[in-house]
Amino acid sequence: MNSLFEYLVRLGDDSLILGHRLSEWCGHGPILEEDIAMTNISLDLIGQATTFLEHAGKVEGKGRSEDDLAFLRYQKDYKNLLLVERPNGDFGVTMMRQFLFDAFRKPLFERLVNSKDEQLSAIAAKSLKETTYHLRHSSEWVIRLGDGTEESHQRVQDALDELWKYTAEMFVEDEVNQNLTENGIIPSMEGLKEEWNATVTSVLDQATLTIPTNNWEQHGGRNGKHSEHLGFILTELQYMQRAYPGMEW
Amino acid sequence: MTNKEWPLWEVFIRSKQGLSHKHFGSLRASDEKMAIENARDVYTRRSEGISIWVVESSNIVASDPSKADSLYDPSNSKVYRHPTFYDVPDGIEHM
Amino acid sequence: MSSRIRIFVVELLSQMKEQDISELERIFQEKIDQDIKIEPKDWMPDNYRKTLIRQISQHAHSEIVGMLPEGNWITRAPNLRRKAVLLAKVQDEAGHGLYLYSATETLGADREDTIDDLHSGKAKYSSIFNYPTLTWADMGAVGWLVDGAAIMNQVPLCRCSYGPYARAMVRVCKEESFHQRQGYEIMMTLMSGTIEQKEMAQDALNRFWWPSLMMFGPPDTDSKHTKQSMEWRIKRHTNDELRQMMVDFTVPQAEAIGLTIPDPDLKWNEEKGGYDYGEIDWDEFWNVVKGNGPCNKDRIDTRRKAKENGAWVREAANAHAEKRKDRKIA
Repeated sequence: MNSLFEYLVRLGDDSLILGHRLSEWCGHGPILEEDIAMTNISLDLIGQATTFLEHAGKVEGKGRSEDDLAFLRYQKDYKNLLLVERPNGDFGVTMMRQFLFDAFRKPLFERLVNSKDEQLSAIAAKSLKETTYHLRHSSEWVIRLGDGTEESHQRVQDALDELWKYTAEMFVEDEVNQNLTENGIIPSMEGLKEEWNATVTSVLDQATLTIPTNNWEQHGGRNGKHSEHLGFILTELQYMQRAYPGMEW
Repeated sequence: MTNKEWPLWEVFIRSKQGLSHKHFGSLRASDEKMAIENARDVYTRRSEGISIWVVESSNIVASDPSKADSLYDPSNSKVYRHPTFYDVPDGIEHM
Repeated sequence: MSSRIRIFVVELLSQMKEQDISELERIFQEKIDQDIKIEPKDWMPDNYRKTLIRQISQHAHSEIVGMLPEGNWITRAPNLRRKAVLLAKVQDEAGHGLYLYSATETLGADREDTIDDLHSGKAKYSSIFNYPTLTWADMGAVGWLVDGAAIMNQVPLCRCSYGPYARAMVRVCKEESFHQRQGYEIMMTLMSGTIEQKEMAQDALNRFWWPSLMMFGPPDTDSKHTKQSMEWRIKRHTNDELRQMMVDFTVPQAEAIGLTIPDPDLKWNEEKGGYDYGEIDWDEFWNVVKGNGPCNKDRIDTRRKAKENGAWVREAANAHAEKRKDRKIA
């Protein structure tokens, strides 16, 4: 197995699937300004997916383009976190999902900027700027909703309770990561989870939300074992490529 | 459920270093952080700016256009404020 | 004061008022005639204000409802580049809606009230968005034809007499220049593709051609607002003039990539230096305007649902802002 390819696919798929989810909001946001903001984040994520998957294709060396990878794999070959394929739910679920993810992505990219793989380092540097903004946006919304009305507090607490079990998967260190760290291609991820914890605790505290006590961890996406939701995402995502195979668009 | 609208904000953007902030438009936001972020998302989608000011529209005091005559016309007669009022001999440059 | 004197004074005052107004109207029309822009706090006739609010909010609604037929295809776009372009385009439309709602607010209209008028069916929007987008080629046809028609309408509006509307239009036109091009590029790619792709492109043109010609509104003979709007320089060209331009610009573009305009009566008229085109089905137009288009109900329901589902979010943000203010004071 090519660890770097696998790792880049994970990064690309996280961006691709979350970008897809956010794009579902376009035209349906709670207010015009936020519609535009969510689309911006979605655009950033689709852009990240494009560069990660393009690089992955080159690293793999079998001539697969970013579009081949994005549109023409089978479900089990997508390696995104289960978290990012969760349905949008209400705006509270979407923002909580975004926040939990952004709080992980920012310190991750801060580390990946130091990757020995030049291309990965460059993509991480660009993505870091975007993610810093995403995290600010999602944190502020989690705080507003948590410390807003009784209804919004309840909704966003429910969202947190629902999504919590998917967060552990972000920090799994398996042979893919270990290989890359040992070969010095990616830096050590030491302290990543602690940083995430600190951000999450601080924001949830300001949002007057309670961290769930149920610590059950739901894993699977990183190994291609997805929830039922991914199949439906791929049905839309791949529709054109499957219905009209091999054509230029 | 109340349907109270978010306050209206006016957005001013400095499009590049060396220029002053210019009025770009307005938007709705519930607080100043959101106003800045919305301004960034709405008005700088094509990287039109490097610095953003937002101010709640209700905080802007505007002059009354029907009094424009008394406010601005007097300065029309103060031509000495304009550099072209002064003759400079031919051949003198950089002035 | 005796009652007779009082009546006399009231009459005198109302006469003075009328004189004042006609004087104001004269000054107003003079400014318009000299192409001096009218700004928000300037005096303006009630009808000018009402006409503008109606037109600008219709325009804003069209941008917002217009997000939906294209938004439809974002999750199904055929590759990453097209997906990003489509997302950016639909997002621009949200931005343009926002600029335009802001312009109506300078006239004293409240944005949410304006939007409620859309949801209740009281306010209209461009009827083209009541047609469905059925294939990917529709993204091409919409960009090329619908945005093409929109630009043709909007460019003259950059010189509209009302300052905030004109300024919004300048931004919109600048940003929209890529919209039409990306649509045409989609069509061009399809027309140099497989038979299925060519059929898809032709089918999209067949469905969108006539509705896009209808976008310029009823023929001049039936247009009730045109004359006054031209006098006020809100409008610079008549509906039929713009429609003619659209046909003349588009026909060669279609021919260049091998598409056939679905109009058997279309032919070049040397004398007028433009194309003659077939009869537009105005019956269909008025029906779609009245709500009988294929998607009227879906579009409005979708927008209404978005607003309703967002109510708790907007309320929470307000509540949070209040709490923060209170904490600052305390």
